[in-house]
Amino acid sequence: MTTVFDLSLLAFEPPGWGKVLLVGFLRSIELAAGGYLLGILIGIFGATGKLYGNKVVRDLLEIYTMVIRSVPELVLMLLFYYVGTDLLSRASTAMGFGSVNIDGLTAGILVIGLVQGGYATEVIRGAILAIPRGQIEAAHAFGMPPGKVLRRVTLPAMTPHALPGMANLWMIATKDTALLAVIGFSELTLVTRQAAGATQSYIMFFLAAGVLYLALTLVSNLALRRFERYARRGLVSAR
Amino acid sequence: MPVSESHSLASLTRPSRTSTLTKLSGLIEPHRIILLALFIVGLVAAIQLMDWSWLPRYLPKLWEGLQMTLIMLFSSVVVGFLFALPLGLAQVSGAWPLRWLATGFCTVIRGTPLLLQLWLFYFGLGALFGQFPEIRDSWAWDYLRQAWPYGFIALTVSFAAYQGEIMRGAFAGVPHGELEAAEAFGMSRLKVFTRVWFPRALHRALPTLTGEIILQLKSTPLVATITVMDLYAVITQVRQTTYLTYEPLLFLVAVYLCLSGILIVGLRWLENRVPH
Amino acid sequence: MFKTLTATAGLIGLSLFAAPVLADTYKIGLSAEPYPPFYSPDAAGDWSGWEIDFIDELCGRLDAECELKPVAWEGIIPALKTGKIDMIIGSMSITPERAEQIAFSNKYYASPTGIVALKSSDVQPTAEGVEGAYLGIQSGTNQEQYARKHFADTANLKVYQTLNEELQDLVAGRLDGVVADTLAVQTFIHSETGQSCCEYRGAVASDAELMSEGIGVGLRQGDTELKERVNAAIDAMRADGTYEDITEPYFDFDIYGS
Repeated sequence: MTTVFDLSLLAFEPPGWGKVLLVGFLRSIELAAGGYLLGILIGIFGATGKLYGNKVVRDLLEIYTMVIRSVPELVLMLLFYYVGTDLLSRASTAMGFGSVNIDGLTAGILVIGLVQGGYATEVIRGAILAIPRGQIEAAHAFGMPPGKVLRRVTLPAMTPHALPGMANLWMIATKDTALLAVIGFSELTLVTRQAAGATQSYIMFFLAAGVLYLALTLVSNLALRRFERYARRGLVSAR
Repeated sequence: MPVSESHSLASLTRPSRTSTLTKLSGLIEPHRIILLALFIVGLVAAIQLMDWSWLPRYLPKLWEGLQMTLIMLFSSVVVGFLFALPLGLAQVSGAWPLRWLATGFCTVIRGTPLLLQLWLFYFGLGALFGQFPEIRDSWAWDYLRQAWPYGFIALTVSFAAYQGEIMRGAFAGVPHGELEAAEAFGMSRLKVFTRVWFPRALHRALPTLTGEIILQLKSTPLVATITVMDLYAVITQVRQTTYLTYEPLLFLVAVYLCLSGILIVGLRWLENRVPH
Repeated sequence: MFKTLTATAGLIGLSLFAAPVLADTYKIGLSAEPYPPFYSPDAAGDWSGWEIDFIDELCGRLDAECELKPVAWEGIIPALKTGKIDMIIGSMSITPERAEQIAFSNKYYASPTGIVALKSSDVQPTAEGVEGAYLGIQSGTNQEQYARKHFADTANLKVYQTLNEELQDLVAGRLDGVVADTLAVQTFIHSETGQSCCEYRGAVASDAELMSEGIGVGLRQGDTELKERVNAAIDAMRADGTYEDITEPYFDFDIYGS
């Protein structure tokens, strides 16, 4: 076990583990992006359901968000992965489709997406509630059908209000991908642990992974700040 | 006029803003009673049909695991909060080296996954300590060789960073006019801090504390990956020995739901006791 | 509007399941954590080791394409039962408890459980010999079961997710000993760090209830035909000398056991 950092182990070509780490990093980004987008989709569904749906829908969605917000993500991921896919398999065999095989990336995206969806529902619901009611009433006065109102008025208007919460959710998504390592998904944290285990240079590899995650965070921060400035154009500043 | 359930103009322009799910009076509505009845039927079915034989055997272990979870939670929250105060303050009013250090610390900790930090502390640093015979022979070794100190430190550091960011916002958000007024009264800087700035900032930060504590509860299972026997670790053991997929995980979900509920109710009661 | 959106979402969801499963591709489950010399990832991201060679040979004889799917060891049996993988070839011991959940092929190697300990500690592979010691065990292994049954009262057990992490802690001095598969720790014992810090203290007393007849391929209980074919392939490998060819680069003795 070396205390001296053997930087050659991070080299791009084997026997350096650099390429493996970067591939894992890419995988993490894919998982985070896919899960985040799925979360937004679920969030829009859930928010509209909570605001405009009937009572049963509202209660069920409330239960969904309550569970997501109370139970640790690690446990939720285990639940969705083992119980969820088992139920899916049983359902599809019952319907005659045979056993369903979901590949790793899809499963990971589904798992992260479901967790993100719970939070996104709350963020988007709050953002829609913050839209001045007059805008939506005016849209109806013009005779727009509900779908058009959602697309042309509600979603664009709620974006600046939703952005701080959604930016936070992106950060959470990128860090939640690390939890998938406990389930065995091949993303950056798992690959780092494999590399560290094989070379016994734990500190160096974990620090390297930390640098990669930090880079992702900082770049995301910059991008989100610019997007927020774009989305807020024309709005009176909140503070 | 009741809100209609179709896609009429009325329901689209007047969204429901409140949820009566958490109020007792909300239970009386007919659809709630049906949902509740369905839930009870489902619960009874689950208890009858599923295999819970492992539960009595593992109860003492589960209780110990729960205690460990709660110890990790509360100790990291208390100590983390104590560290968060100087972190937040330094970012707002410190000299620039202090400000840079504090901001850097918060950014790094909040920008990397907790799991990575945990493993870095335990497997990385912890193994480093073992290399030095001076440390191995000292009194500290008994603690450094165990896993829970590392779990405690990682959770505390994480909580301190997130809470430090909140405290920064709280300190920065106290209206400058109040501070100026206090100074105009001739209060010393220390007095301004203790009598005006700190209490006002604390007041701003407290409402989010409940949420932060629940978030910390959700981070505690990660310590199981560094051999700390918390509730999640015990359930993992149950899953290994019984090979059951559903029952242990559903039990775990139920326990965490109850824990969160109890914590929220308790903290809300505490909040109400703090004078506004 | 809600209805059309739900319908589209449903269609997209269903189309995900449309991909057919080819008959002769098998997903082989193994631990996502390295387990040298049986299987470990190298810097290029490929897996190599005794068991990888064994899998290649086996799949060649089964006339099928095999895809390696690393799964966290803790969840590998549920993964098999729910169809995420078709076979477990990851140094899984045949135990009566596991045999209730899944089916096993005939054994393809045997490895006793033993204890590797720090030279400075006086740990012995008996219940008295581990008194007060800190022992490392890996989650989900039959070494864990054995340790919990025989050593839990006398020793302090620490549960790890991977063997590498146990050995790391052993070298760091945080553990007095590690209860592990004898063959799997061979690489460690013969390595530089292993030779300077630790030594092999011997195999533990056997326990007929827990201890296995060896390592077997894990299969779903319904896949009887696959089991027959796997058994036939293993016998063929033993008979025509391929087994020795595979073993030679890694071990200098026969790991099949009696």
